[in-house]
Amino acid sequence: MSESAGVHAVHGAHVHHEELGFVRTYVFATDHKMIGRQFLFLGLFMLVIGGLLAMLMRWQLGWPETPVPGMGWVPEPYMFEGIVPPQTYNMLFTMHATIMIFFAVMPIMIGCFGNFLIPLMIGARDMAFPVLNMLSFWSGAVGGVVMLAGFFVPGGHAASGWTAYAPLSASAIYTGVDWGQNLWNISLIIVGASSLMGSINYITTIINMRAPGMTWFRLPLVIWSLFVTAILLLLALPVLTAALAMLLADRMLGTHFFLPAGGGEPLLWQHLFWYFGHPEVYVLVLPAMGVTSDVLSTFSRKPIFGYRAMAMSMISIGFLSWIVWGHHMFLSGMNPALGTAFMMSTMVIAVPSAIKTFNWLGTLWGGSIRLTTPMLNGLAFVSIFVIGGLSGVFMASTPVDIFIHDTYFIVAHFHYVVAGIVFGLFAAVYYWFPKMFGRMMNETLGKIHFVLTFIFFNATFFPMHFLGVAGHMRRIWNPLQYEFLQPLQGMNQFISVSAFLLGLSQILFLVNFFWSLFAGKKAEVNPWHANTLEWAAPSPPPHGNWGEHLPVVHHGPYEYSVPGVEEDYLPQTTPHALPVTAGH
Amino acid sequence: MWDMLSWLPENVSTYGGEIDSLFYIIYYITGVAFLLVAFAMIAFVIMFRHREGRRATYLHGNTVIEITWTIVTAVIFVVLAFMSQPLWGRIKQEVPPTDLQVRITAKQFNWEIVYPGPDGKFDTADDLQVDNELHVPVNRAVHVFLASKDVIHSFFLPQLRLKQDAVPGRVIQAWFQATKTGRYEIPCAELCGFGHSGMLGYLTVYSPEEYSKWVKEQWPSR
Repeated sequence: MSESAGVHAVHGAHVHHEELGFVRTYVFATDHKMIGRQFLFLGLFMLVIGGLLAMLMRWQLGWPETPVPGMGWVPEPYMFEGIVPPQTYNMLFTMHATIMIFFAVMPIMIGCFGNFLIPLMIGARDMAFPVLNMLSFWSGAVGGVVMLAGFFVPGGHAASGWTAYAPLSASAIYTGVDWGQNLWNISLIIVGASSLMGSINYITTIINMRAPGMTWFRLPLVIWSLFVTAILLLLALPVLTAALAMLLADRMLGTHFFLPAGGGEPLLWQHLFWYFGHPEVYVLVLPAMGVTSDVLSTFSRKPIFGYRAMAMSMISIGFLSWIVWGHHMFLSGMNPALGTAFMMSTMVIAVPSAIKTFNWLGTLWGGSIRLTTPMLNGLAFVSIFVIGGLSGVFMASTPVDIFIHDTYFIVAHFHYVVAGIVFGLFAAVYYWFPKMFGRMMNETLGKIHFVLTFIFFNATFFPMHFLGVAGHMRRIWNPLQYEFLQPLQGMNQFISVSAFLLGLSQILFLVNFFWSLFAGKKAEVNPWHANTLEWAAPSPPPHGNWGEHLPVVHHGPYEYSVPGVEEDYLPQTTPHALPVTAGH
Repeated sequence: MWDMLSWLPENVSTYGGEIDSLFYIIYYITGVAFLLVAFAMIAFVIMFRHREGRRATYLHGNTVIEITWTIVTAVIFVVLAFMSQPLWGRIKQEVPPTDLQVRITAKQFNWEIVYPGPDGKFDTADDLQVDNELHVPVNRAVHVFLASKDVIHSFFLPQLRLKQDAVPGRVIQAWFQATKTGRYEIPCAELCGFGHSGMLGYLTVYSPEEYSKWVKEQWPSR
């Protein structure tokens, strides 16, 4: 620790920050908290767009080839008097997934909370590389603009799925999409660079800039999750970027990496894509797991159950996530023996995920549970993640996957895992909003929003398992074209209605968010009586976070209800001898 | 309605029943696991809700319990993997011998089906090529040689529990044996372009007599 203390002595020397102008404060900011807020607003904006695309899809699936109400103004060939044509439908699901993954969940869970929380929770004044951090946000924003521009080019936006399987994605002759797919590629290369800059920053900051006394095993689990996430991003994104560059070269320079006519190999794309794509799933879900761990401990007023097992299971998920990608390719034509190997590794990665679930339950056991809005969302994340994890077992089993692969069963599964992250996201927003903006969000509105979201989330995604079991393929524009799917139409309509209500319920969140931003109750320094370092800084923390002196850490982050301490929490900055307990 | 697996399409293939059995086993195991976790969570939230004057237990973990649930989970997953492997091998690796072969080449947005004809050889004069109509006899194994002319497609027979991607540049072998006569749909299960939805062929499974009749109609000279 002497080294990191040395780093801080240097930082402490220029605590007194000069007043910055508007542009340096709000636009080209280098302050990690402002960059975090910028990522939050970018992510929320894109979340709304991604959600609206899903609504259009659900209309088409519920009431195929009828005009979407209120959409008659969309010009041909995107829509025909409000009717969604097949090409547009393909574009909708491609862009729904792309936007949700790269421009909503990643900016919010990693960009926003990574930036905001890492320096505050480890006791640093800022990120290791503040200018790189600014570049990371602004390249991400440019990537977003490039991605949105794809909607306005002739031929429409990318329509080959977010997985962009070659050769469909590798030549305009197969889809009729020209610049849409090119911009899709270029945008993802740009946001790849953005994430790379962010992850280097996160890793460096966590390794080098922890406050005195902040040892590795005193780090909050949300920091552990962001650390593992950053490492996964650092190692996975270059692979995607390379694959995207090859795909772009196939499209624009006449190469044949993925085009068999010129000796290319379509499966190479799938291997490269999923070598990135599976770690990416954990990139998305790990931060939500970290958030949930912190929130569950705080509102159970109890130490997290099995802290080291929680940190170790995230690390092992990180390692194992590199050797499971082939389970996306059981039916791709890959050697079946390889399928067996990937089934084995996939069954193994389920174990650390199960351990996390049991530890969350163990945290609740014997607690003094307060059902605040963040807690409700944290509990919901656990239950949704359990369903998503268990439904993954079906796909892991190679013979069962033969039938359910590429059906709505997989759509249900990955929405339970990846869309379920919104509960982690809401938990994080409700929990850290007071620190981020200095005001409380409205609890009553928050709880109503939670209940509606939880009900309609399940009403939307759970029945998709049934459709999948019935054989309903994913990515089809009109299920009524198939005789064996026609009896399922009632279920499709039920799902669509639930999806609309799920979408409408989010208005409550936006109202609560923006209303609280300006008129919420002023937040105390530590409104939730939590232990971690960020709650020792003012709400919101000033530039430089800590005033004159850096915080000094005396013990772990989850010392709640310590015997002999009057309060039921013990901030990391408060020195106190801890009792020795069994299983510590 | 509430039994999820009652939504499965009727199974009419030899190995389909085994896939369905495995599906049921996983369904019950995961179902029980879910109910236990959900019950525990709800029970704990009620039992340990905040009440004035009661403090939470100061507890960091329990090594014995943690090791136990790790081992139990690991054993269940390993058992599932070992139950899955033999069936996967039977479907994918141990192809039963047969003299019925058909070449299916996917193209945007049809299944091009080539029968080798009475000589049993492809690329001879008696080959028969049709789009989207696959005719086979009941209770006999059929080999399918899957290829694609343009992009990736996926050959899907929901009632026969068969799905296999067709990849340009490769010929992939699959097989099935139908156990019931009838007419079944062959959708494409991999996104293949704007006509993906509606890319549809038909499998007709004949009784032996009807199949002979169909063969005679196609190759009258023999």
